Formats: sequence, structure tokens, C-alpha cells
Amino acid sequence: MSATLIFEQLLNGAGYGLMLFLIAAGLTLVFGIMDVMNLAHGSLFMLGAYVAALVHVHTGSFALAVASAIGTMAVLALLLETTVVRRLYGRDHLVQVLATFGLILIADDAVKMLCGPAPLLAPTPAAFATSVELLPGLPYPAYRLLILATGIAVALGLYALVNHSRMGMLVRAGASDRWMAVLMGVRVHRVFSGVFVLGAALAGLAGALMGPVMAVQAGMGEAILIPAQVIVVIGGIGSVRGAFVASLLVGLVDIIGRAFLPPVLRTMLPPAVAADLGPLFSEVAMYALMAAVLTFRPTGLFSPKAA
Amino acid sequence: MTRSLSSLRAALPTLALATLTAGAALPAQAAPIKVGIALDLSGAFAVPGAEARDGFTLALQQLGGKLGGQPAEFLMTDMGGSPDQAKQLVDRFVQRDKIDFFTGPIASNVTLAVAPSLAAAKVPYLSANAGPSQLAGAQCNPYFFGTAYQNDQFHEAAGQFAQERNFAKVYILSVNTPGGKDGITGFKRRYKGQVVDEVYTKLGQIDYANELAALRAAKPQALYFFLPGSMGVNFVRQFVAAGLSKDITLVSSGFSADEDIIPGVGEPMLGLFNTAHWAHDLDNAPNKAFVAAFRKAYNRYPSLYAAQAYDAVLAMNAAVRDVKGKVDDRAAVVAALAKANYASIRGPFSYGKNHFPVENFYLRMISRTPDGVITNRTLKPVFEKYADAYAAQCPMK
Repeated sequence: MSATLIFEQLLNGAGYGLMLFLIAAGLTLVFGIMDVMNLAHGSLFMLGAYVAALVHVHTGSFALAVASAIGTMAVLALLLETTVVRRLYGRDHLVQVLATFGLILIADDAVKMLCGPAPLLAPTPAAFATSVELLPGLPYPAYRLLILATGIAVALGLYALVNHSRMGMLVRAGASDRWMAVLMGVRVHRVFSGVFVLGAALAGLAGALMGPVMAVQAGMGEAILIPAQVIVVIGGIGSVRGAFVASLLVGLVDIIGRAFLPPVLRTMLPPAVAADLGPLFSEVAMYALMAAVLTFRPTGLFSPKAA
Repeated sequence: MTRSLSSLRAALPTLALATLTAGAALPAQAAPIKVGIALDLSGAFAVPGAEARDGFTLALQQLGGKLGGQPAEFLMTDMGGSPDQAKQLVDRFVQRDKIDFFTGPIASNVTLAVAPSLAAAKVPYLSANAGPSQLAGAQCNPYFFGTAYQNDQFHEAAGQFAQERNFAKVYILSVNTPGGKDGITGFKRRYKGQVVDEVYTKLGQIDYANELAALRAAKPQALYFFLPGSMGVNFVRQFVAAGLSKDITLVSSGFSADEDIIPGVGEPMLGLFNTAHWAHDLDNAPNKAFVAAFRKAYNRYPSLYAAQAYDAVLAMNAAVRDVKGKVDDRAAVVAALAKANYASIRGPFSYGKNHFPVENFYLRMISRTPDGVITNRTLKPVFEKYADAYAAQCPMK
């Protein structure tokens, strides 16, 4: 296996990890700060993908598609927060899981009714449909570079927001000790709404960007919610930095199982069997990674509450 | 959720039994001929599934909802490409609806899951797309008809083309399903050059970045790929975006190079060689009439899947006509089906003893029509009156 190939596959793994980060970041903030288990976060991702795909097909503008996915999800999140999620604060996690699971069912059936059961084909924006020569002999799809760049930009933006802004300070205060923050005069409800909307906007952004490389269909949110939850747990609930590191770790583990393991397995097993085992390893390894982290750091890698 | 589903599943036979007893009490009357059609309207084969639905629908419209002049009822239901869901649906079709014919599923894994129950119930199954090797060989049965092709056979035509073009190094990429495995076995049966690597991907996979990276590193002369439906659309787009089309010639079976994929990809498909037993420009009268009617009804060229679905209904229609509507005589229905006594849109063909077709295969190339549409053009036959490799293993006579 050549160095170029290894580098390219690592880039692919990082791209997948960063996409998961966009979802996990919102999830970890909502869960860590508001203590609300929002399973419907994956549905926001799905709806973002649908909105972007539809807008892109009808207007031809990818920038408009991304902006409308983010905007629609932010507005939708505001509605959800005031009508449903606000009633769940302080309730036990089972109630939250039930309520947000109900939202998943509604969202999945709604898109099936409106757009049909068949997956939508989200086009890759024409400007990014080419490849860029990263290294000699390594043209890399421009669209994947866009995903990588967006992931990194969002990570930096969140870092600045959480660690170097007043809003971030309130968020961190809420995450590490909610009641103390309330007693110190923080208007936690307003912070909560802001965090929920921010999380939804990130999910919408992730959906818009992933549309062209995933099947835009009902249920796509649930499929990605699980690795995102694993990342939240590995990184430490409420920690954006933890989510970032954990996303890259999960992306790395995933690419090992999908890209580096199958060629080795193919030397010993029939190709079709090797093809089954690689992705299976990826899934098992992700949970093994979580178990290992939890054994040594029961609150995750960078838990704000542990500090 | 799973629990409630399985309890529902447990309750279904009871329900079916209840309907059965209720039905027996009614006075006998000439019941319409019932056809169960399990469709892939969602799931990994949703795109081909929608094409098949349009093909079935057109044939039903043209026949005025009748088969062989007898009143008929067509039960079309989505099973989402899931073998479990399809099996439940077939049980319902057989026990409650008492169907006389079955057709529909796109994928071989679904076909393999439902064929045994249909054979046990003596319901003729006209598989309009999937032709798994198991059912062509040792597990063949009189009630199963691969009306379109046998999986290996279909890809053997592409293998023959790759062999004739003398590609030195071919890389193989296929979806990891029974159909994919048959297909690659078939391709390799005819292509004798060097297979650099053989990679299988997950059913329904959309992102091929990892496979494309490995493909680039392997530097083959040609790539043979079997990724039907939306998998193919995404793969070809990503293949082009990764800048691989400059160095690697794409070769495909008709599955990844037909009307369900071409419009989604567009210009990058131009020049792609592929093989199939049918093409919309095949020069025979029934085909010309079909293509014209399909274009009028749907305003696009029919795909392979639509054509096969349409053809399966014609086959049913002819069999019902030949047994004079007495579909309860299943032996006679099977004998009538086996004669293929109808004007197939692929041109005349016959069945081997395993009830799989002996037919022609053609080389096609995607090109631009004079009025600017990107679509397939038939170049020449690759095989004539070509049988599959498994007939000898089938114990039927």
C-alpha cells in the first residue's frame, strides 16, 4: 500500500469524522448543557438534507441550498424548543427519549408522504464536481475538500464561541453546574434556546453537505445518530473539544475497518467474505473504543463536569 | 418496535386462516385471476423498482386490466427491497389473496427468500429481473421462470466483450449480494485476462471514496462494475469527480448503464460500453410499439427494468390465453409459460429445461442521439441463442 493511498484514505476518514462532528457537536451541547436527550437531532440532519437537495435542484444554487437548510432547521428548532422540548427540561431521560423518538417517527413519515419513499438524488454542486491535485498523482475530489474545510472551520468557530465569548462562558457555566449558574443570575432558558437552535443549524449544515455523498432518504438521520451518540460519550458529554477529538478517532477507526483491513483480509479469505468483515470490524471497533475510553475515563475524554 | 412487529407477524397466519374460513362459506363464482406484484419502491433498489412499476403499469393499461381476455386483479405492494418484508408479503399473497401468478422483486436476495414458498404453493413466479444461479441449477423448480436472464449469463456477455477488447488488467467492483456474486462469476467465466482485484461493497452504499482511492492505486486498464440503481449513479459521478475517467475505461453490464442511471449522471456516461439482452432500439415490431407507448406515457426512454416488467406481463397474458383462462390447472399454466409463445420485446427466445431463457445478448454504447438525448445505441450481438451455465445441474426435464 503506497503512502499516497494511505494519505488519501486518512483524508477520507477525517472527512467522515468531521461530518459526524457537526452532528455530535450540537448533540453534546444540548445533552450536556440542557440535560435533554434529543433523539430527534438525527431528524434535523435528515430534514436539512431534504431541504438542501430540493432547493438545490429547483434553484440550481448550492450556496442558497446550504443557507436555506441552516435557516429552516434553525426556525424549526425554535418552534420545537418552544412547543415540545421546553416541556421536557428536568423530566427524566426516558420521557425525553419517548417524546423525541415520537418526533423521529413523525419526521420520517412526513418526508415519505411529501417526497415519496425513494431516495432523492442530491446533485454535487457543479463548481465542486472536479478534483484538485493535492499531491503529484493524487487528485482529490473538490467536494470532499469542501466538507473537510467546513468541518475544520466549524470546529474553530465553536472553539472561539465556547471558550472566548460571553455566550460561551454562560454555556460552559451551564454545562459544568447548571444550578450554580442559575443562582448566579444566568438566564438559563435563553441560553438553552440559543444552544438548541445552534445545534439544529449545525445538523442542517451537516445534512446539506452530506446530501450529495449519502442517500437522501427517510431514516438517514437514525443511521448517523448512533455514531454521533458514541462520539458524544467518548468525548465527554457537553464537551465540544471532546466531540472533536472523538469524531476524528471514530473516523480513523472507521477507515481502518473499511479501507486498510479488507486488502489484508482478501489475502486470506474469499473477496465477498472479506468485504463483509471489514465494515463489521469498523462497527465493533467503534464500540470497543467507547468501552475502552469509559473504562479509563468513565466521564469521557474531556468531560466538563470532571474538571 | 421489533417486538410489536413480530407479534403482528405471529398473528398474521391466524388472521389469514380466519379469512380463509370466511371465504369458503361464500358461494362459488368466477374469481378474477390474481397477480401478486412485490415492488421495490423504497430501499436500495428504489430506482429500478420505480422503473419496473412503470413497465408493469403500462402493460396492464394496454391489456385493459385483463389477462388472456379474463378479468384480472393486480396487487402491487412495496416491500422495500427487504427479504423479510417480501416473505411476509408473499405469505399474505398466497394464503389470503390466493394469487395465481407472482412477479416483481428486483434483487436476487429477495428472489431467493420468496421462491421456495411460492414453489410450495405451486404459484408460478415470473422473475422479471433477478436470475440467481441457485434457482437455475440444483434448486430449480417448475414454478420459477427467470423470464429475463440468468445472472451469470448477463455478465458473461460483458466478460466476452472485455476479452475481445483484450484489456490486460481489469479491476472488479460489485455490490455484495447473491446477484453480485453470480455476476462476477459470470464475468470471469468469459474474461480470461488478469483480474487485479475483486472488491465487494455494501448494498445501498452511496459513498465510494475508499474504493476509488484503492482503485486509483491499483492502476487497472479497465474497471468492470456492477452497482445497480442509485449506487451506480453515485459511483459514476464520484468516479468522474475523482478524475479517474482519464486513465480507466469503464465497462459495465446493462444494469449500471441504463435509463435509470444515465439521466442522473449525464455526459460522463458517454462512450460507456455495456451489454444486455434488450435495448430500446432493438429492431423488432413489438419493441418499437412498446418504446413508443412508453415514451408517450412517461415522456422518457424505458429502462431495462421497465422493459422486463412489461415483458413479464405479456408472458403471463399469453399463458392465460393458451390455457383458456383455466389457471387452476397449474401444470398446464407452467407448460404454457415454458413455450414462451408470445411476441417478446427482446425478439424471439426459448426457455432451457431449467426455465431460464436461451436468448441473444447485445453490445451497446452510450451515445448522443441526433436530437441530443444521451442514451444507449446497440452496436452488435455478443452472443446469439445463448444459454446459461447451470442448466445441466437442474434435475428437471
